[in-house]
Amino acid sequence: MKRTLIILLLSCFIISCSSSTQNDVNAIYIQNKGSDTIVNLALAWAETYQAQHADVSISVTGGGTGTGIAALMNGTVDIANASRAIKEEELAEATAKGIQPLEHIIARDAIAVIVNAENPVSELTLQQISDIYSGVITNWSEVGGEDRPIVKLSRETNSGTHVYFLETVLRLGDKENKTLFSTDTLLLPSSEGIIVEVRQNPNAIGYDGLGYVPHDVKMIAIAEEVGGDYVLPSIASVNDKTYPIARDLYMYTNGEPVGAVKEYLDWILSDEAQAIVAELGFVPVK
Amino acid sequence: MEKSLSFREFIITRLIQASGYSAILFVALIFFFLLKESLPTLGEVDLTSLFNFRWYPIENYFGILPLLTGSLIITLGAALIAVPLGLGTAIYISEIAPRWMREILKPLVELLGGLPSVVLGFLGILLVSPFLRIFLDLPTGLTAFTGSLLLGGIAVPTIVSVAEDALDAVPRAYREGAWALGATHWQTIWRVTLPAAKSGVLTAIMLGIGRAIGETMTVMMVTGNAPVLALSLGNLFSPVRTMTATIAAEMGEVANGSTHYHVLFFIGIVLFLISLIVNIIASSVVFRAKKRAERILS
Repeated sequence: MKRTLIILLLSCFIISCSSSTQNDVNAIYIQNKGSDTIVNLALAWAETYQAQHADVSISVTGGGTGTGIAALMNGTVDIANASRAIKEEELAEATAKGIQPLEHIIARDAIAVIVNAENPVSELTLQQISDIYSGVITNWSEVGGEDRPIVKLSRETNSGTHVYFLETVLRLGDKENKTLFSTDTLLLPSSEGIIVEVRQNPNAIGYDGLGYVPHDVKMIAIAEEVGGDYVLPSIASVNDKTYPIARDLYMYTNGEPVGAVKEYLDWILSDEAQAIVAELGFVPVK
Repeated sequence: MEKSLSFREFIITRLIQASGYSAILFVALIFFFLLKESLPTLGEVDLTSLFNFRWYPIENYFGILPLLTGSLIITLGAALIAVPLGLGTAIYISEIAPRWMREILKPLVELLGGLPSVVLGFLGILLVSPFLRIFLDLPTGLTAFTGSLLLGGIAVPTIVSVAEDALDAVPRAYREGAWALGATHWQTIWRVTLPAAKSGVLTAIMLGIGRAIGETMTVMMVTGNAPVLALSLGNLFSPVRTMTATIAAEMGEVANGSTHYHVLFFIGIVLFLISLIVNIIASSVVFRAKKRAERILS
């Protein structure tokens, strides 16, 4: 008697399980992972898109560009977010695994150099920023500020933003240039860590994606060379290419996207989705 | 009936034996895994550049000295803070505090030990580091000292809990004997109770230090992670990068099987060896203390 009851209960359980999976057969899952720079944007897109398409669920995770591309190579995600173009060795590894990463430019981003709101310095040239981060300039008085030591903040070496900043600012875009970050540069694991320190420390200089800079820290106007115009980062100055530290943001898929992933990527390039880009402080591609 | 009893005995004994041996087996397996993943380092990076002053793995600078000194200086600072504080607390709870106070204090200290380290890290970033920057007039509050303070806080509950148990286990007759000879309360604690509990107290200190050197999340959040070579005590007040924070920050993104990957495992081996040495020193001191005690008693 007892045994039949258990069997009855079990079979009810199994039936209810299988019926619930049947209801979800039409659901489409899109796995989206990668750059921390893009994660907020990707989340905002996913939320809006899911609200319009009840049958699609999109899971968005961060972790960094390298993590996203590695996940694409391992076949665990449909779309990898990247704040830099895929590296040649990554491309070679992907090809070896039978994956063909296809690049989609989905937004633009500017890196803002930020200081504490009380810091009187408001303009720097790229060369000066490079000298600060490589340890040539160590006091704010050398660039027209108060007599304070400079505390340099950077993202960790595995962040796409770190690599981009190294190549574009420290090495001034010169491939032969082997300038490195000075060893006393603080490497913080998150954007938030940099913002928190800059907000409360008048000695600090940091950099972060334009989309993440809050109003209570000060952005530096940057000139490409001495005598050039000092330009503050903004959507307008990135689009007319006058702000020197700006880059494209990418999504990678394995080969030409099909089905739901294709529809999603097409939607991302629509006016509606690009309006969200502007809302989050990034720069729309169109 | 009797047969099944002895059979049960046999099974239980074997099971206990197996779980005892499994600890050795797991340590050996972990060690061999670390060894297997880290040995290629020695072929890919020569020793002079491995024991060098520059850590910048994305440009193939694999000098681990800054990381080693960073870990050591933070642990030293943490020990300087946690050992006196932890022992003091343990002595107070076990020897001085009235019973009702002891019953409140001990669970509270143990509760502190259960605090997740990431929560301590948040406290560190938002409260401790800004305070230290202004109070000590430092360029930045994200320093080795900030890490030491928080790690000290993490190690204290471990030290208190184990040391208090050791002090509590000292027979009451020892104290009564000392009092009968006219020793003051403090003389009894310092000359009788503490030496009698020596091996337990040393274990407490070693466990506390072990907890500090292996801690990752807190130090990654508050020490600034700058790979500066820390050779003098002055470096306690500058940012440093520890071995644990390096592994945690970089392992997630490193290409499987690359030189960088192998070097991270090599750092793991160095950490493993350090904690092994700490343990060996601790147990040899305890062992020696025991032999001496046995001599005196015999």
